[in-house]
Amino acid sequence: MSRPLYDRPILARHQTGLMNKFSRVASMQPQTHIDGVPVQTLIEAYGSPLFVFSEKTIVARYRELRDAFARRFSKVRIAWSYKTNYLDAVCKVFHREGAWAEVVSEFEWEKARHNGVPGERIHLNGPLKTEATLRRVLPEGTLIHIDNFDELALLERLADELHLTPKVALRVNLAVESIPAWSRFGFNLESGQAMTAANRILTGKRLDLVGLHCHLGTFILDPASYREQATKLAGLANELRRAHGAIMSFLDIGGGFASRSKLKAQYLPGEQASPSFDRYAAACAEGMAALDYPAGSEPTIVLESGRALVDDSGTLISTVIANKRMPDGQRGLVVDAGVNVLFTSFWYDHDVVPAQPFGGISEPTVMYGPLCMNIDVVRDTIQFPPMRAGDQVVFRNVGAYNVTQWMQFITYRPAVVIIGADGRHGIIRKREQLETLLASEEVPSWL
Amino acid sequence: MQRLRDLAISDTGFVFDPFSGATYTVNGTAQCLLDGLKRGLDRDGLVALLRERFECSDEDLPRDIDDLVQSLRMFGLVPGGFEVGR
Repeated sequence: MSRPLYDRPILARHQTGLMNKFSRVASMQPQTHIDGVPVQTLIEAYGSPLFVFSEKTIVARYRELRDAFARRFSKVRIAWSYKTNYLDAVCKVFHREGAWAEVVSEFEWEKARHNGVPGERIHLNGPLKTEATLRRVLPEGTLIHIDNFDELALLERLADELHLTPKVALRVNLAVESIPAWSRFGFNLESGQAMTAANRILTGKRLDLVGLHCHLGTFILDPASYREQATKLAGLANELRRAHGAIMSFLDIGGGFASRSKLKAQYLPGEQASPSFDRYAAACAEGMAALDYPAGSEPTIVLESGRALVDDSGTLISTVIANKRMPDGQRGLVVDAGVNVLFTSFWYDHDVVPAQPFGGISEPTVMYGPLCMNIDVVRDTIQFPPMRAGDQVVFRNVGAYNVTQWMQFITYRPAVVIIGADGRHGIIRKREQLETLLASEEVPSWL
Repeated sequence: MQRLRDLAISDTGFVFDPFSGATYTVNGTAQCLLDGLKRGLDRDGLVALLRERFECSDEDLPRDIDDLVQSLRMFGLVPGGFEVGR
């Protein structure tokens, strides 16, 4: 009889105590392929670590969101949130599906134009709108979501100077139960500030108020918040109609829908805790029932989702560098992707699995990145099977924010590839090299 | 070492520590090493035991033995200063 194959010795202590009622036994399965392409093939072709996006998943999520709202509203527009992921290839998939662009800086606006989005199909949002930016975008008909009174005054002046009547939306912040108000953006509803701003726009007639916008927050797990938001936004629209006869062409409910990732403070895994798009849409529709507009003048419902649309489509492949035994008994696993590229590790317990078949006893494991920094923890304690140096792990649902908020630090940022719906794969952002970084540096002549 | 010798280890890798009441799971290689440690084998003896019972390729067996011993120390199953004899 042949001898059993050797695997590293493991002594795993049983955790005692009461199990919380939300617990479940995790049944970890390896993920050896992404959209039918072997992880090994991708690593051999593009190196490690590696971000991989799935075109198929992006399209599926986009259509799921669109359909959920289209079943309830006659006019729906999705404006792709550039800050969530502004890699051209990813944006182009959304635009091909019909998405407009939602941008929060001139850089993002230029990116959207570069991607072929006409200026009048861009919502310019956020607190950063300089005079130079507005001079650049106003002649192209970009929709401006006004954040504050200084910006409003600037827009009025530019409207006069440029002989334009810019189409604008009023960004409103409001209170709903169960989530902290994001009061730093826009005009406050409850204090009357939003109404004051609207009155100024509608009586001044230098700007064309075409929309109202409210973005509640981020990763909102309770759809009821959107019911309340929609009710209040509809109430403001009704008030403007009564006071000025103004009819908004769109009501923008922002974004903030949860993806399938799991927040650190969350009990349940994302696929159980995060509401479906259908539930968000249903809540919104209930709230919007308060809108008192004449038949035929229903506003377009604008969605500025980012995270919930793209998170699930992104995967990060990383390679194990070493195993360590930590003083508290946990196993330490050092992998080649750190918090500099997996920025979302700071707030998510990422869904991470081995990329090859595995055996042996799982034990409490903490995953460290490659940075010489104590904060470089990409996954807190997780029951994880034995891994060898050179094995790969796969972090799932990492498509949102990582490839925009990542930073070049200590090492190069990795390559990003996309797998097409037909299984083709190609690079969409090259791995950085020394030349990439040196191209932006200069050394003064006296040094 | 008495505590180590007192461990009750089932054939399926379930370990009971009568001193603390704690329970553990071990895989086959760890079970083999616990057996060797109870018998007082030194490092070379443990390596030989693993090679005899398992199909080993280019594994770094001394590293793995040290890793297991570190776990035993942390769980208090061997004294704090315990080292495998060389």
